Amino acid sequence: MPITPFSRRGFLKGTAALASATALPQIATAAAHSPMTVGFIYVGPKDDFGYNQAHAEGAAAVKAMDGVVVVEEENVAETTDVQNSMESMINFDSAKLLFPTSFGYFNPHVLEVAPRHPDVRFQHAAGLWTDGMPTNVGSYFGYIGMGQYLNGITAGHATTTKKIGFVAAKPIPQVLLNINSFLLGARQVDPEITCQVIFTGEWSLAVKEAEATNALADAGCDVITCHVDGPKVVMETAAGRDCFVCGYHADQSPLAPEKYLTGAEWNWAGVYTGMVQTMLDGGTIGNFVRGGLADGFIKMSPLGPAVSDASRAQFESVKAEIMAGGFAAIKGPLNDNSGAALLSAGEALVENDIALESMDYLVEGVIGSTS
Amino acid sequence: MTDHAAQAPLALPASSRVLGQVARRAEAVVLPVAALLVGFAVFSIFLLVQGKSPADFFALTYRAGFGTAFSWQNTLSRTAPLLFAALCVALPARLGLVIIGGEGAMVLGGVAAGAAGVALSGAIGLIALPLMAAFAMIIGGLWIGAVGALRYYRGVNETIASLLMAYIAIALMNHLVEGPLRDPESLNKPSTAPLPTPLRVGDIPGWEVHWGLAFGVLCCVLAWVLIDKTTWGFAARIAGGNMRAAQVQGLAVGPLIIGFTALGGALAGLAGFFEVAAVHGSANASLASGYGYTGILIAFLARHNPLAIIPVAILLAGFEAASGLTQRRMDLPDATTLVLQGFVFVSILMSDTLYGRFKIFTPERWRTGDGK
Amino acid sequence: MENDLGLWVIPLAILGGAIRVSTPFLFVSLGEVLTERSGRINLGLEGTLVFGAMSGYAIAYLTGSPWLGVLAAALGGAFFGLTHGLICSLPRVNDIAVGIAIMILGMGLAFYFGKPYVQPVAPDLPSINFGWWSDVPQVKAALRVNVLFLIGAALAFGMWWMFRATKVGLIVRVVGDSTDAARAMGLRPALIRTLATAAGGAFAGVGGAYLSLFYPGSWNEGISSGQGLMAVALVIFARWNPIACFGAALLFGGAGALGPTLQSVGISEGYYLFFAAPYVLTLGVLIATSSPSRAMTGAPGELSITK
Repeated sequence: MPITPFSRRGFLKGTAALASATALPQIATAAAHSPMTVGFIYVGPKDDFGYNQAHAEGAAAVKAMDGVVVVEEENVAETTDVQNSMESMINFDSAKLLFPTSFGYFNPHVLEVAPRHPDVRFQHAAGLWTDGMPTNVGSYFGYIGMGQYLNGITAGHATTTKKIGFVAAKPIPQVLLNINSFLLGARQVDPEITCQVIFTGEWSLAVKEAEATNALADAGCDVITCHVDGPKVVMETAAGRDCFVCGYHADQSPLAPEKYLTGAEWNWAGVYTGMVQTMLDGGTIGNFVRGGLADGFIKMSPLGPAVSDASRAQFESVKAEIMAGGFAAIKGPLNDNSGAALLSAGEALVENDIALESMDYLVEGVIGSTS
Repeated sequence: MTDHAAQAPLALPASSRVLGQVARRAEAVVLPVAALLVGFAVFSIFLLVQGKSPADFFALTYRAGFGTAFSWQNTLSRTAPLLFAALCVALPARLGLVIIGGEGAMVLGGVAAGAAGVALSGAIGLIALPLMAAFAMIIGGLWIGAVGALRYYRGVNETIASLLMAYIAIALMNHLVEGPLRDPESLNKPSTAPLPTPLRVGDIPGWEVHWGLAFGVLCCVLAWVLIDKTTWGFAARIAGGNMRAAQVQGLAVGPLIIGFTALGGALAGLAGFFEVAAVHGSANASLASGYGYTGILIAFLARHNPLAIIPVAILLAGFEAASGLTQRRMDLPDATTLVLQGFVFVSILMSDTLYGRFKIFTPERWRTGDGK
Repeated sequence: MENDLGLWVIPLAILGGAIRVSTPFLFVSLGEVLTERSGRINLGLEGTLVFGAMSGYAIAYLTGSPWLGVLAAALGGAFFGLTHGLICSLPRVNDIAVGIAIMILGMGLAFYFGKPYVQPVAPDLPSINFGWWSDVPQVKAALRVNVLFLIGAALAFGMWWMFRATKVGLIVRVVGDSTDAARAMGLRPALIRTLATAAGGAFAGVGGAYLSLFYPGSWNEGISSGQGLMAVALVIFARWNPIACFGAALLFGGAGALGPTLQSVGISEGYYLFFAAPYVLTLGVLIATSSPSRAMTGAPGELSITK
């Protein structure tokens, strides 16, 4: 990188050199005890009952730690806006660890800013880091498809119409894995169950989400879950249509206490406090960290009052299998919903299988299409 | 008033003619600046009512928007799309047309640039980049030009039509980047294929700001020349004063309307090109980020004067660049910037009523030997 | 599966969607009819709608009464309408531009003050079940009609009667058709337009309260997807006739339900394009009903957008 008039870093380095040259002991002590600033950036409101709230709950847990100052920004667009927010947190708040939490922040924005600040750590939620990318950037993610699989088991027990519904934002691999897992979980209860999916096309679009939920209810679905940024509207609308609901991202049980079966939640509080502690202890966070239920990356909402004893028993036993490790929700024999074979008997994709991250199909029993 | 000012000077001595000109120009500067300050004042009262300090707010905004070299870089890096978006409003405004759907042209221009980049991925930058930019401009120009055509041939209100077309454009963009134009490798964020390095627009040497800024400033200057110094611009201003009268006098209103709207759309398309080639590296849903709407405010603040757009865009970009710091330090919601923009916008429009009200700004006031 | 209605789901869903989604369109367009009939256009109703959604939700949450929320939304809307009306009463101020400014201000204030209310759950407005006669849950659901929808329908007819047969209606129409004629009759056009804009704003505020208090029934910053602006276009389509506004609002509500419903019966190719249906429909209708040469039938003579 050429040295430019706009490079503040050069100036800061100079100042630091000067400070160390004069080496006043008081300053050194103060520096050792000055708290570390951790920045969180959200793409939407941080109390959306969903994606952003899940991250904000993690931030709240970090805030409670000693020796840490947390700064946050909401509603930051996936444009130069987020580059500015990161730069601003680094330059004005001396942030040493940043959590730009939205998927679309990574490429190009994190990759653009990170090389300019080798002394700052960037942690991004998604498995996007690969070899050759800046080493001060890390990716972390959880196998939340397993949570949707468990959701599916409670849904399979709760449905009487044998039709369950899924309100999805976009047909991308993560979402498709959740849809497929939800159905396959339900089919553990009854292989006749089908799952209707409706794509809204946007991560956050209240009226469309409500209309999609109503369309699912009209089509006869009686258990509904979703993958959108803020599940509040879906949960409330579905419960209003007398459907059971399974949550996603965060705990939505207060929105439909009677109808809420369970939910697949991120457990960022544990993950983030761990990462911050590693930094405080002078350690290095891995560039590529991921985990599932067993690793505390995801968790399930407490089972709701509508969950039957049989449902609870199966839920707990499958959960125990997943906790034990090596569990595969996607396993053969398996066809996609056009009838083409995906996996033959004996083949299985375990939760950390890399093939799951490029999923481009809906499995047999899912009504909907990926395009 | 324009006619009067154009004819009267012939009979006057040079000094008072100059003074009169200065007075008229001064009005165009003093009133908007005063309105801006009134907007800030109302916003300050709003903050005081919330128990927040306006002094802190403006100090932080200055610091994060303009106070350091880094702040300037932040501000300038978001100025480029605003310049183009504002021109997309300001050019048609010369004809009295209120176009508020520049966002649509920008988004589709970005998609066009991304798609062209994929098609030209083997070519060298010197050839491919101008072609990509041209394609973005053509698509953007057609999109907003269609609004002008609808206005001229069908009498469809351009404000509403442009806005509806912005919604349609965003739906079309989503359809294209998730369907026909999607790069199969773009797994969780559907996008067109990433542009190869030679097809990326870099930074202005010595700055950490991409070339879009330089082209934006250049386009503002060229637009000013077009409006102020050419017969086209003159004809547009006549037509903007009274469309029907201009038509009766035999002015080719149709080509003017379609030409100016298409030009505005082409510039918005160019903004989309820079967003893709300089910032994102591929076309995806992030293109719809609201620059087109901020552009409306900038154009009105600049009173549709292309040269005035430059400082106004920098000012607003500075406020937006600083919004993060005020959010973090003063615990203000991110919508604070929007509230400030709203107050300033209302104040600027109210000042429209004051033009010509103050004698000090009229050339007559400065006429010598006129008894004054 | 007795609840499987096959393709009958489509018309039923469109009917249900029309009833559910149309109410904000209806209120905003009725408000805009009143404003435009007086000779002004208020493009700021989108901002008013969003502010109404926020204030309605906040007040309903704080007081526990959704109707107080509706009242608050109406008052907030009237305030923005009044602001627009007063500013436009100044000479040489462009009502379209002021509308855009009011839109930004309304959204800004709604987002600013709405932050603490994104998460809490406010009580919903009540609805009346007109589907009691049917055993089919889809029919029951489609005919669960909110009280505000009925009020809106009644208002449409009431406003139609007002313009036809009352003195107030006549005054608004005269002011809208010719400022000079109104002055000759001793009327004060600026005052009447300001009042009409304020009343129109109140209507739009109520439309917003419907969004946050009934359907989709929650407050967040993306609650409106341009309904306030589309309603303005819808007024032109409806030829400034309140009853036609009612029909147009139903049509738009139904168009909005089309995309998800088609997916639910298996038509899912290019769903973005289906989602754009309401916008394409509005534009198509505008193109079809506008004319470059003659003034539009039913258009108020003083209206800037049709001049």
